[in-house]
Amino acid sequence: MTAATALLAADAPAARRTGIPAWIWVVVPLAVLAVIFYYPLFFILRQSFTGEGGHPSLAPYAEMLSSPLFRGALLRTIQIASLSTLGCLALGFVLALIVSFVPFPGARVVSGFIGTFLAFPSFLIALAFTFLYGSAGVFNFVAMDISGATQPPIDFVYTKWGVILAEITFYTPFVMRPLLAAFSQLDTALIEVASSLGARPLRIIREVIVPEAVPALLAGGSLCLLLTLNEFGIVLFIGAKGVITLPMVIYGKAIQEFDYTAGCVVAVVNITLSVGLYALYRFLVSRSGGGRASAVQA
Amino acid sequence: MLLPSRPSRVAAWVLFFVLFVPVFGLPIVVVGAASVAGQWNDVLPSHLTLRHLHDAFVSNAGIELLTSLATGIIASVVALVIGTWAALAVRALRRRGAKVIGTLFVLPIAVPSVSVGLGLLVAFSRPPFLLNGTSVIVVIAHVVLVTAFAFSSVSAGLARLPAHFEQVAASLGGRPAYVLFRVTLPLLTPSLVAAAGLCFALSMGELGATIMVYPPGWVTLPVGIFALTDRGAVFDGAALTVLLLVLTLVVLVAVSRIRTRASYR
Repeated sequence: MTAATALLAADAPAARRTGIPAWIWVVVPLAVLAVIFYYPLFFILRQSFTGEGGHPSLAPYAEMLSSPLFRGALLRTIQIASLSTLGCLALGFVLALIVSFVPFPGARVVSGFIGTFLAFPSFLIALAFTFLYGSAGVFNFVAMDISGATQPPIDFVYTKWGVILAEITFYTPFVMRPLLAAFSQLDTALIEVASSLGARPLRIIREVIVPEAVPALLAGGSLCLLLTLNEFGIVLFIGAKGVITLPMVIYGKAIQEFDYTAGCVVAVVNITLSVGLYALYRFLVSRSGGGRASAVQA
Repeated sequence: MLLPSRPSRVAAWVLFFVLFVPVFGLPIVVVGAASVAGQWNDVLPSHLTLRHLHDAFVSNAGIELLTSLATGIIASVVALVIGTWAALAVRALRRRGAKVIGTLFVLPIAVPSVSVGLGLLVAFSRPPFLLNGTSVIVVIAHVVLVTAFAFSSVSAGLARLPAHFEQVAASLGGRPAYVLFRVTLPLLTPSLVAAAGLCFALSMGELGATIMVYPPGWVTLPVGIFALTDRGAVFDGAALTVLLLVLTLVVLVAVSRIRTRASYR
């Protein structure tokens, strides 16, 4: 928001003419949000500190934080999220680079497709992976046909690598969006000049394009990290026994074991991680000047 | 031009399609093929059939589809009203206040959907709000998750709005309500329509919060799809997924058409 529009907004017509202070109007939507979002959030926190017999206690934390289930899930969640994000950044950068700087006739269709992909549910990818790489999937059929093996040789889908590859597939568009926007702002004359002065493509990428892309990479990467940290659909649908992430622990504790307190303890940890990352993301976006809406909107 | 020689450009395009088609195209094609596969014991599916799609309409899935539609439409409308109201109200605040209140409205984006569901489960299972086991709790979960997107989408639209239209209307004696309904909201139509489409699409695919709070009588399509694939009916699951994607796409295409038309007005 520029200074001029901020001044105009602060002096909005509604407030001036009726004499009602501007903040009155924010009370209604804020009250709704308080009941449906902040009130439940408070109860997660309260429940997580409730010991046996309903008294306030730190016991639920002591128990959960020392359990191998939680520690394993925390490490695995961070590992899956970071590797997926790195994969998304690499793949998204290469694809966005080609769409922007080596344009071809169908490039606009590709951008439209990327936008639509963002609106699809993530479990679509997990479902597709089971048809492609699952134990009865296409690639296993081909592999067994060629090698004559009796057991399906491809089984990475049911490991953390299956989840990571599925998340890279689903979340790469979230990185490409801000990158495409950043690349469209880049003055192509810079590339022309560098090229005519004899710079080779890799050098142009390293010295002209990458510096321009850093804010978009940071913003897209931190959004991607936030979303992969909280991803549930892909992990649930792949359903690998050994791949338990924090959201899966919450689901398992609360829904399958009816242990709300344990679920709430894990939820507090997950929410803290996630909100921290979100704060980082907002900070990076405000510095790069892009809007979150432009990265997430379909 | 980054790649001056034609062969290197062609190489870049080949690289693009070698990466793009298998990564993004193949999953959609494969789920589409599975939805019409009678059997799939080969590279390509065999015994093509519309049975799964047909079953989808006559079995539970028909009801699940309607449940998802109802949830998506109600949640989108509610989210759009709250989000637009909030965006308009926040715009009228002073700068510091607008920043703080605006953050309160977008914070649900940062909270994992499973935790949103757990919070509703814990908080709404006791007085004064006894909603656990009702369809209302599912709709509320969706409203929580999509309102933040409606808010930020409408806020972005408001920031791009030319301010002088409203000022001219007000200075000509237009009362605040008149300015709001005859000037601001019509100018905002493209953002509102885009926000509605986004909210609906997100709600249609929502799984994490829904699976935490849904009662047996209010099973949405994604939850139904998970139940099917979990017990091994993967082809039926694929058929329902295709149905979900088509429905989402139809709404998104319709939205982008309305949006284009509205922006020409």
